[in-house]
Amino acid sequence: MNVLAQAGLEISTGETVLFWVLAPIAVLCALSLLFTRRPVRIAVAMIAVLVSLAVFYIANEAPFLGVAQIVVYTGAIMMLFLFVIMLVGVDASEARTERLPGQRLIAAGAGLGLILLLVAVGSRATLPQGQGLAAANADSNAVGVARLIFGEYVFVFELVAALLITAAVGAIILAHRERVEPKVTQADLARRRLADYASGTGSVAPRPAPGVYARHNAADMPALDAAGEPIEHSITTVLRIRGQRGEIDTDQIEQIEATADHTSTKEVDG
Amino acid sequence: MSLTHYLVLAAILFVIGALAVLVRRNALVALMGVELMLNAGNLMLVTFARMHGGLEGQVLAFFVMVVAAAEVVIGLAIVVAIFRTRNSASIDDVDLLRN
Amino acid sequence: MDTVNLAWLLVAIPLASATLLLLLGRASDRWGHWLGVLSSAVPAVLAIVILAEMLGVGEDQRSTRVHLFDWITAGDFTVRAGLLVDPLSITFALLITFVGTLIHIYSVGYMAQDPDRRRFFAYLNLFIAAMLLLVLGDSFALLFVGWEGVGLASYLLIGFWNQRTDYAVAAKKAFVMNRVGDMGMLVAMMAMFATFGSVDYETVFGAVEGTNEGVLTVIGLTLLLAACGKSAQVPLQAWLGDAMAGPTPVSALIHAATMVTAGVYLIVRAGAIFEAAPAAQLVVVIVGAVTLLFGAIVGTSKDDIKKALAASTMSQIGYMVLAAGLGPVGYAFAIFHLITHGFFKAGLFLGAGAVMHGMNDDVNMRQFGALRTVMRITWVTFALGWLAILGIPPFSGFWSKDLIIEAAFTGTGWQPWVFGGAALLGAGITALYMSRLYFMTFHGKARWHEPGQDGPGPEREPHEVGALMTVPMIILAAGSVGLGLVLYQGVPFLGFLESVTGTAEPAPVLPRWLLITLTLVLVVLGVLIAWRQFAVREVPLEAPRGSALTRAARQDLYGDTINETLVMRPGQVLTRTLAATDRYVVDGGVHRVAGLTEGLGQSLRRYQTGYARNYAATMLVGVIVVLVLVLATRV
Repeated sequence: MNVLAQAGLEISTGETVLFWVLAPIAVLCALSLLFTRRPVRIAVAMIAVLVSLAVFYIANEAPFLGVAQIVVYTGAIMMLFLFVIMLVGVDASEARTERLPGQRLIAAGAGLGLILLLVAVGSRATLPQGQGLAAANADSNAVGVARLIFGEYVFVFELVAALLITAAVGAIILAHRERVEPKVTQADLARRRLADYASGTGSVAPRPAPGVYARHNAADMPALDAAGEPIEHSITTVLRIRGQRGEIDTDQIEQIEATADHTSTKEVDG
Repeated sequence: MSLTHYLVLAAILFVIGALAVLVRRNALVALMGVELMLNAGNLMLVTFARMHGGLEGQVLAFFVMVVAAAEVVIGLAIVVAIFRTRNSASIDDVDLLRN
Repeated sequence: MDTVNLAWLLVAIPLASATLLLLLGRASDRWGHWLGVLSSAVPAVLAIVILAEMLGVGEDQRSTRVHLFDWITAGDFTVRAGLLVDPLSITFALLITFVGTLIHIYSVGYMAQDPDRRRFFAYLNLFIAAMLLLVLGDSFALLFVGWEGVGLASYLLIGFWNQRTDYAVAAKKAFVMNRVGDMGMLVAMMAMFATFGSVDYETVFGAVEGTNEGVLTVIGLTLLLAACGKSAQVPLQAWLGDAMAGPTPVSALIHAATMVTAGVYLIVRAGAIFEAAPAAQLVVVIVGAVTLLFGAIVGTSKDDIKKALAASTMSQIGYMVLAAGLGPVGYAFAIFHLITHGFFKAGLFLGAGAVMHGMNDDVNMRQFGALRTVMRITWVTFALGWLAILGIPPFSGFWSKDLIIEAAFTGTGWQPWVFGGAALLGAGITALYMSRLYFMTFHGKARWHEPGQDGPGPEREPHEVGALMTVPMIILAAGSVGLGLVLYQGVPFLGFLESVTGTAEPAPVLPRWLLITLTLVLVVLGVLIAWRQFAVREVPLEAPRGSALTRAARQDLYGDTINETLVMRPGQVLTRTLAATDRYVVDGGVHRVAGLTEGLGQSLRRYQTGYARNYAATMLVGVIVVLVLVLATRV
């Protein structure tokens, strides 16, 4: 580190402040990868990490890369992640128990070892004087990068293009599902419903709407049947799986019943 | 404050990403760990580019980014395909290499 | 165009016929045997035409090489397939086709009741083709093809009734013992190729002069080994007796007249080599002398008519080999005896076949006797063959055998006395066993009972055989009577052969008249003993115990026992040892290595959990370790 302290490159105070503000945020958000349970939250934390990295790129005189980082990572890749999380199910959180014996211990050891190694290497390495990119970015950073990409590295660029195309096609093939049975039409659904009803396992009428007796926005409250018992399938599947079904307050029910009784009595009276 | 700070930050992020791959069983989170590792590498590349005063590091980081995009697309497609057949996104459930 | 250029047809016709008969299968059952006869007769006619043409030209132009095609071409090494038509090969070709045709005709009658007669004729034709190729080929390579071909045909025909296990075993035995001889042939060819760079007669014999005598001795001895295998000479004699399992026409054609004489042909053909290797030549003579006595002694004790004849064949070929080993003085005599023997022995075998035919396929001479009364033609023809093999003048055997005895008495030192004595003694024993066979079969009292459980069973009713079988016998008998005289006195047969074999006048150490007289005295003595023993006295149905020599002779002088003790048993021990070594050392080692690997795998398997995260952890740890190592070396 001492070597670098003598670097010819002057790092501005603004950048120092920026670093010390963003770096902890990035590390904290990254740690959620290890400790947060819900994938959606992790994905959002990842977005924060990636955006702060984009800022660091810009601070490191790589504005083109910083913008590309935001567009590609936060704009495309993380969105893709979110979509897949949605497809796979937001509830697909993992079991708490570790199935592989010693995996966490090995991971901890390996992580510690890696940190120590990197620190050791970093502390011993003879790094060159920071030179800055003022000269290289003379025609703006984008032009400089473009010169290299479309000049010296154009063949690599073409290769990468081919790789992307291949990946796209591969993803389509992987995600493509061959239809092995005829498409179910509206008419088929209706017919099935009636058949179920005929065999006594279903009903022709739509499912009861949730929250009939609730006093607030009650999509999470089950409907009650005539005997006052909750009808579980009146709540949407997602809420049920998430375990976000509202608790039925028996007092409320009694109140409602009382009100109903009162009303009916009045009617009788009237 | 020096450029080494960036390198240290990148190292920390890299280790966190690696640990995520090792510890997390959700395939999506593991993939995100891989992304984090790649990004940590990119940060180092950018820092070194600045250190050396050349743009090659940035170009390499750019290519890494593109390749990472391709990798994520395929990885996620595999996750989706596996989820469809096994109704699970856990890496440990994909254990056909066993036996 | 010369007819000689059509010589390839001699081989091609019977071969085509054999192929056709085997391919058509049952479809040709009705006419297949006649096709077989025809494709043996046509080459006979062709051979006669070629002979006539050959006689029309000067003596020095009688040898013709007919180039057929380039057989093997490898770099600058070429084996040409070509035929060599000269007096020697045409003589053989005539013998093979003429006797072959007669035996084909005989077989039509003999095999009439056999459902597989067509297959039999296919094999016979195959044999004719192979045998003709053997004698007509112009190189040792082509000779070897024919050599193997006749071996194959012999195997197929000995085992023709392979539904009987002992017949199949006999066929296998003949095949395996022939293989030993073939090994010699192969080694000889390799040695020739290494020495002369070629295996065709012209090159080899042309290059003999100036070649190391040791090499020539090796070649000669290996050729002799080949000849011993094919011609049933000591020490490879044991298969011939068992080969009698084949149908009798086969015994007559292959195991008496033609194939077994191939060894003699080989020695005569390769005479140039033997003459340049006196040691090898001496071994040839010794083998011939030993075999002629061996066969004769075995012949005196056999009760099986075919096996007695087989022993006789062995003995007679011993005469030929002896003569062939004597060099130019004996070559022509060997061939001469081969021809006459081919006729009278084939006749004798056909007679034996006729007797078997009349006696419900019985071969035990103790069940015969007095057959002259019911099988007149067979009796007369057989008697003529008997007189011929005895060497009674003027029958054909006299001329040829007498010449061999004379030749055997030629030479210096101990050799003429030993070899001549053996030949003379052999003639006496021949008279004894052939007369025994003849008297036991055709004279004395009739003993025609079926062999029963206790005492003799019901009486058989022997009958004469049909014309298809008697006519060939009569023709062969005529040959037995007159062929010797005709070939010796009538036409200059020996002179005809001399252009190939060279010539040397025999100069016996005893005067000629004395030798003839001695021979005849011994022969008459043998006949008289046999007459007293087997015609005058009653022949017991059960063989008496006999002397030690008789018992040994019944066992083929323990030939099989010797083979089993010296070759088979050690071979079996060797193979067992090898098998055990293979199982416990080689396989054991492999299995132990495999077990080790498996154990290692089993213990490593626990680390192959199948969980991707485990692999990732391993990878990370590995990367760290590698990095540490790399960096540690840099510090």
